[in-house]
Amino acid sequence: MGEKLLEVQGLKTWFHTDAGLSKAVNDVSFFVEKGKTLGIVGESGCGKSITSLSIMGLVQTPPGEIAGGKILFEGEDLLEKTEEEMRSIRGKKIAMIFQEPMTSLNPVFTIGQQLIETLMLHENLTKQQAREKGIEMLKLVKIPLAEKRFDEYPHQLSGGMRQRVMIAMALCCSPKLLICDEPTTALDVTIQAQILELINELKEQTGTSVMMITHDLGVIAEVADDVMVMYAGKVVEHATCDQIFEKPMHPYTYGLMNCIPKLDDDDTKELSVIEGMVPSFDDMPKGCAFCPRCPEAMDICREKMPKLSEAEGRMVRCFKYTEEWEESSHE
Amino acid sequence: MLSYTAKRLGQTVFVLIGISLITFVLLQVVPGDPVALMLEKRADPETIAKIRHELGLDLPYHIQYYNFLKGAVRLDFGTSYFTKEVVSVALIRSFKVTVKLACMAFVFAAAIGIPCGIFSAVKRGKRIDSVVMVLSIIGVSAPAFWFAIILQIIFGLKLDILPISGFDGVSCYILPSVALGARYAGSMARITRTSMLEVMGQDYIRTAKAKGASRWSVIMKHALKNAMIPIVTLIGTDFGYMLTGSMLIEKVFSIPGIGKLAVDAMSNRDLPLLEGTVMYIAFVFVIVNLIVDLSYAFLDPRIRYGKGAA
Repeated sequence: MGEKLLEVQGLKTWFHTDAGLSKAVNDVSFFVEKGKTLGIVGESGCGKSITSLSIMGLVQTPPGEIAGGKILFEGEDLLEKTEEEMRSIRGKKIAMIFQEPMTSLNPVFTIGQQLIETLMLHENLTKQQAREKGIEMLKLVKIPLAEKRFDEYPHQLSGGMRQRVMIAMALCCSPKLLICDEPTTALDVTIQAQILELINELKEQTGTSVMMITHDLGVIAEVADDVMVMYAGKVVEHATCDQIFEKPMHPYTYGLMNCIPKLDDDDTKELSVIEGMVPSFDDMPKGCAFCPRCPEAMDICREKMPKLSEAEGRMVRCFKYTEEWEESSHE
Repeated sequence: MLSYTAKRLGQTVFVLIGISLITFVLLQVVPGDPVALMLEKRADPETIAKIRHELGLDLPYHIQYYNFLKGAVRLDFGTSYFTKEVVSVALIRSFKVTVKLACMAFVFAAAIGIPCGIFSAVKRGKRIDSVVMVLSIIGVSAPAFWFAIILQIIFGLKLDILPISGFDGVSCYILPSVALGARYAGSMARITRTSMLEVMGQDYIRTAKAKGASRWSVIMKHALKNAMIPIVTLIGTDFGYMLTGSMLIEKVFSIPGIGKLAVDAMSNRDLPLLEGTVMYIAFVFVIVNLIVDLSYAFLDPRIRYGKGAA
């Protein structure tokens, strides 16, 4: 096992809403190794984006609150840092790419101004040096006519180009960890592949660790070393990428797998879906959060929440792989 | 950008012609004969007819309009029926007073309103936000003349530190500008807050935070520049209103500005003066709107380049 760059222990990020307490991230633990890519998968609202915002220290408080846990980055707890210290980490050591390239760049500043801003914030550069470095970064992310693009405004670029700019901005201070929150969701399929390839390539070059947040298993297959599947604010399965694709163990994980249509499927076969919806926070089942949608749910699943425990060399949160399942099914 | 400006200027000409026509028609329609008012019912019909002839009021309407337009192009609206002052001279005299008042009131309103709006947006939901918003409602809804009188009582009579009327020195303008600016300060604070709140929720603000930008830079640089467009629209129109004079404020403080000129012209049916004043007001609004539109292009590159490419 490699060195842990980031280790999240028992993270709880809760939101105080008018409708009550929403436990968006509820006791989540994981780690990211140096130079590796961790994929985080789950449906909308499962807490994956909130997890990343918690790491960045960008959760709005109030209504949000980090109710517990530790976020150890290079051995230091980010939750203990002051805002000032966090600012010098954000953009410098931990950078982030967002889902919406169309709206994530500030429309009234040029690409160059936005790149230079990041560089000037964290590196001791003159404006001229920052400009050169910025153009170099645009070339690195394969933006044609980088010098010209540098002085253009975001609306003059296509979505794919803007996402490249976001990547350039994120990587310009050589961060140790790059958090990508659905970086390709808003892009065309062909552009998606290019962006993923670019992220992979840059990761190889710079040795940056990546946290890839997505709901798309195709993206995971492309880039991830390890995969963590989240459901309703909890981790339900955590394994290597090979393990997950070879044999998904949690019913939710293989539900997700089945949702991907295959080319050799019979034409008449209906697309498979996971029935139902993610339960809302004020309607959480007593037992396993997934049991209302789980085809294999037993009585025990409705009564208590299974623990995340080791099974077949990975972590999975399901009674199926515990002794209790056997007992329950014999009854 | 150049073609955009030219196009806007072209539109301006048509707007002014339209306004001149409407003004002319309305002034013919409103009841009250200026000549009768001038002579105060003492004159016999012959004298009235004679004076009407001298003033050109017996000509067919289209000739009268043509004469008015011909004069207006040269900024010559004739002379006042009552004071016999040349209208453009009277306008310039009043404008000099009003422009001082308007500029001071505007600076006061913007200097108070915009920072309060930003502050309020940043402290959204906190007690101080509510305090600022309540004050802004009071500012917007309190009648200006009432506020003016309160100011006169406090600063003029009780504390005796500022003059309560006149228009000689800068000090004379302080109370009128505050009284005039208060409601604009209120509305500016409200629009600034709304606009800032909308912008603060945008994705690019999150990006700026994720870069490690300071709170100050996020608010004053990334957010404010985007929030400025609706603010500029409002403050442009506000400035237009201030430049066209406030009758009430001018009355309370005895300031002979455009507002007073307009009221006098109206109550006397002083057609040349009225036409001149209305055209002045129309012109101010047209120019202010033009400047506002051009400033969008300055603030928003999407407009600047979009129009340039088209």
